[in-house]
Amino acid sequence: MHITATHINLYHVCHRELWLHAHEIRMENTSDTVSEGKLIHETAYPQRAERYREVVLGGVKIDFYDPKAKVVHEIKKSDKVEAAHLAQVKYYLYVLEQNGIAGATGIIEYPTLRKTETVELTPADRAAIVIWLGEISRLLAQAQCPPLLNKPICKQCSYFDFCYVEE
Amino acid sequence: MKKSYYLFNPGRLSRKDNTLQFTPVDEQGKEGPCRYIPVETVSDLYVFGNLDANSAMYNFLGKNGISAHFFDYYEHYTGSFFAKDYLLAGKMQVEQTRHYTLRNKRMVLAQKFVEGAAFNMLKNLRYYNNREKDLAQIISQIEGYATQISATSEVAELMGIEGNIRQTYYAAFDTIVSGFTMVNRSKRPPLNEVNVLISFGNMMCYSVCMDMIYHTQLNPTISFLHEPGTRRYSLALDLAEIFKPVLVDRTIFRVLNKKEIQPNDFMTDINGCVLKESGKKVFVKAFEERLKETIKHRTLSKSVSYKHLVKLECYKLSKHILNIEEYKPFKIWW
Ligand code: SF4
Repeated sequence: MHITATHINLYHVCHRELWLHAHEIRMENTSDTVSEGKLIHETAYPQRAERYREVVLGGVKIDFYDPKAKVVHEIKKSDKVEAAHLAQVKYYLYVLEQNGIAGATGIIEYPTLRKTETVELTPADRAAIVIWLGEISRLLAQAQCPPLLNKPICKQCSYFDFCYVEE
Repeated sequence: MKKSYYLFNPGRLSRKDNTLQFTPVDEQGKEGPCRYIPVETVSDLYVFGNLDANSAMYNFLGKNGISAHFFDYYEHYTGSFFAKDYLLAGKMQVEQTRHYTLRNKRMVLAQKFVEGAAFNMLKNLRYYNNREKDLAQIISQIEGYATQISATSEVAELMGIEGNIRQTYYAAFDTIVSGFTMVNRSKRPPLNEVNVLISFGNMMCYSVCMDMIYHTQLNPTISFLHEPGTRRYSLALDLAEIFKPVLVDRTIFRVLNKKEIQPNDFMTDINGCVLKESGKKVFVKAFEERLKETIKHRTLSKSVSYKHLVKLECYKLSKHILNIEEYKPFKIWW
């Protein structure tokens, strides 16, 4: 199984969400949050489409890559799970490097917050990513679904009803 | 918000850019003024009248994840159009099948469906018992049957108890509903007004369950209480057991006791009693209102609609099947 950027992202948000997503237990694409996220992707920077490429490397898809400047752009709606966004972009840089493109950098943009964040891959990151990959494989091989996270982020998660409904 | 659309009149449905266009066509082939329905507002279609449509329209529905359910003149469900099973998941399929094939696992779920159904029926009876309808004897009789549920070891045996409970429960309808008598439950064909409404309502409930299951990863053809194959989507029959008292019976009591549906909304022909279009519309409207009604959910601490409760039931069932959390059937808690 390929470990995608989504897996890396979810690993940093909630292990249960990662497990459910990887086992194809997905929620319908109808929630407003999802469509809002999509809309930002589709409309945020239409004029810049020219420079960007969609790159697929070893099962990992990067939506906006500027090959000239070697910059990965990632657009996010809110910075609620910033660490997860950071991890995701670092993973892109790692995958690029593994495929012979060294020295790429990343920019995470939050158009609705008018905020950007630059990302570089450090040696410590490389070591951390290897650990993440191992942990993710282990989690996904596990028969049992990981426990509830029970954090405020759950309220915005598409699995909220699934996770918290009891009787 | 997406919602269900009910097409009672015969006509033609077609795609027009991003909208659905419905053109009513009468028996003489004369077209009426068309109606437009923006596709993003549609969750599903219930087709009662003759519908003319081409594959482009179905492709369009499929792309938008909209299903269409069809009913014949007597409101029997005849089939559905579903978009390609877009949410089925391998792990869930395997686990769901395991819960069917292993008898003790299957019994656990089957018993819970009957238990939830009995609880919700009793809730209805107690409600009316507190409102000067004497149902004490029926209530204690059902309570007696309900204690036998957990001792069953075969599905057939459980089904027998379920049958007893339901028969006893329906006997209370004559006391609850004023102005109509039901005598006995009759299905094919339903012989009088109350029976017609039960059949019609149960069919609506089944369709809602089917639809909610379809929007989760559960396989609608693998069921636990009903034998798979009883109907194509037998899991919907299982779920409907729990929700019929809440969604259907309450609606029936309302439309009859408030006289929203009256004797002249029915018609008797050689095939038994049928609900006229006027009555159907009233019932569907009341049923829809019921689905949209909201209650504050205990563990989610937010308001959810009755329709959403059915979806939540699918989530609970999924969690049970995936061994995340034991399934507890929905029981009216207010
Ligand atoms: S609701 Fe909370 S526990 Fe459930 S998947 Fe989402 S983040 Fe994880």
